[in-house]
Amino acid sequence: MSKPKTVIEKIWEKHVVHQEEDKPDLIYIDQHLVHEVTSPQAFEGLRLNNRKVRRPDLTFATMDHNVPTKNRDVVKDEISRKQMETLRKNCEDFGIKLADMFHPDQGIVHVIGPQLGLTQPGKTIVCGDSHTSTHGAFGALAFGIGTSEVEHVLATQTLMQEKPKTLNVHVKGDLGPGVTAKDLILAIIAKFGVKFGTGYVMEYTGEAIRNLSMEGRMTVCNMSIEGGARAGLISPDEKTVEYLRGREYVPKGEAFDKKAEEWLALATDEDAVYDKTVVINAEEVEPQVSWGTNPSMCVPISGTTPSLESVKEHKEDVKRALEYMGLEENQPITSIEIDHVFIGSCTNSRLRDLQNAAEIIKGKKVKDGIKAIVVPGSFTVKLEAEKLGIDKIFIDAGFEWRDSGCSMCLGMNDDIVPAGGRCASTSNRNFEGRQGNGARTHLVSPEMAAAAAVEGHFVDVRKFKSGVLS
Amino acid sequence: MEAIKEHKGLVFPLNRTNVDTDQIIPKQFLKRIERTGFGQFVFYNWRFDDNGNKREDFALNKSQFAGTSVLLAGENFGCGSSREHAPWALLDFGFKVIIAPSFADIFYNNALKNGIILIKMEESQITEWMKEAENGAFYLSIDLEKQEIQDDEGNAVHFDIPSYHKEKLINGWDDIALTLLNEDKIKAYEEATQA
Ligand code: SF4
Repeated sequence: MSKPKTVIEKIWEKHVVHQEEDKPDLIYIDQHLVHEVTSPQAFEGLRLNNRKVRRPDLTFATMDHNVPTKNRDVVKDEISRKQMETLRKNCEDFGIKLADMFHPDQGIVHVIGPQLGLTQPGKTIVCGDSHTSTHGAFGALAFGIGTSEVEHVLATQTLMQEKPKTLNVHVKGDLGPGVTAKDLILAIIAKFGVKFGTGYVMEYTGEAIRNLSMEGRMTVCNMSIEGGARAGLISPDEKTVEYLRGREYVPKGEAFDKKAEEWLALATDEDAVYDKTVVINAEEVEPQVSWGTNPSMCVPISGTTPSLESVKEHKEDVKRALEYMGLEENQPITSIEIDHVFIGSCTNSRLRDLQNAAEIIKGKKVKDGIKAIVVPGSFTVKLEAEKLGIDKIFIDAGFEWRDSGCSMCLGMNDDIVPAGGRCASTSNRNFEGRQGNGARTHLVSPEMAAAAAVEGHFVDVRKFKSGVLS
Repeated sequence: MEAIKEHKGLVFPLNRTNVDTDQIIPKQFLKRIERTGFGQFVFYNWRFDDNGNKREDFALNKSQFAGTSVLLAGENFGCGSSREHAPWALLDFGFKVIIAPSFADIFYNNALKNGIILIKMEESQITEWMKEAENGAFYLSIDLEKQEIQDDEGNAVHFDIPSYHKEKLINGWDDIALTLLNEDKIKAYEEATQA
């Protein structure tokens, strides 16, 4: 029998085009996703060098970062408009399929890839965007690249890459009731830090991971980059196959069943060896809230902000984070009052995320003075939610119901948290200024964000559901 | 990409860990469609207040660091977003060398493709240099061929860098041109896999 292998090694080996000693491998890219912010300079490079796009058929573009989420046709910012027009022109000139602002397939690039079935097990997938790791939920090797690499893929359909080391993130046991995929990934990053995955591709394993829905798996893989890893993935299983069946870009009929067999065979072999393994116990994970300015600065809802005395390393950074966030040391998380709620982003804007939040908010009201918005991850998600009446639940509670896009995750359009504002956000980054200059971001699950919207401060969503808050 | 073999420059100490690319170049400046002109926006929210006035308390704004080209930083420099605007901004501002205990993966690749020399160095050494550089007028000379950094007193420290990266920087190679030399192999791969 051949040596047992991880899914990561299996995919890698299938994609090596060329190998030379002391050089990175040249690997083939099966799917290239493109958006408007990180691609213009790449196309410019092609033009300057008189190069073509090698495989327009393996390339798919959308607009997501800049798009307005209300009044779609009014792009106030001249430069935003120019950036989107540039993408349209580039796609036309180079023959690339584009889901533009008004296209029914439009959405956040990491939401539409899986939705359309462009994302498939065993594929190598890249995009000029660090959250490309999301697609790893399907057992694809998916990672973010810079603009020079975007140009490289456009021109050659390959990338020069060092073979990654493998990291097993093993989740023991199962999550408790009311604890979500978002809480799990935040707890993982809080425990192991923002760079434990640097140089590795992560594979998430264990019972809790197998039990997650595909949406939950996407939430987990999405934030692999926040743990330092360029890619995070999960071995494909029946759930993966069922999610993809019938989607637009997957094979149909018998051809699909044949493909599915190939996909299932990619799963990590028993006894495969990883370069490193870390373990976390799912049973101990509580709903999480970030208090600081990087995603590892995160504690359970029952916790407090740190005391400076107890901080051993980089005390200055912790001090600066507390200052920026306008928080005291030892402050209970439940005492933190918010004025903005954002449900959206490639981490948590899929139908199931919205359903979960809607269940919390149903029949309740957003507390006075709080601006709360829901931004579905794609047009399709929006329409499906509307069919189920989920939009009404949010609107009745006092949320704004928007069109799809990145929106307040990074505030490149008009959706910005003002300086000093404090936002319960289902996105993935709480960096200084991320949601607006001087804005303060607390990362939470959709359920926790919804409960905070009602109460005006963070609460344990498990207690909220039972109606007993203290 | 310009070839670079050695560089001597004024050191700027940025004593922060996990400096993310949102800090290096905030999102409001990502809308340009060129590669140039980002330098003026580097570390924008640290250098300027809400009204666009220079913050006097941020050291990079002080005259003793004018013309700096060697950046010293804490661990995990360049984490977060994959935006290549970050290395573009750093380079455009004048930084040719960045020395830190560790770099985020995507940033490392991006910077290298733009000819910035990235050097991983032990934290204790960096802390020492940070102190020396605190008040300005501290210079380091980087010799890529010898893999050596020297201060003005002639103290030399060795650094490691993957040989392939070193070659690329010294020769100013363009990855795409290199890859296209293997075009027949790409074609063969596509035929064999029916990709
Ligand atoms: S939703 Fe946020 S994190 Fe995701 S791709 Fe858009 S800007 Fe990036």
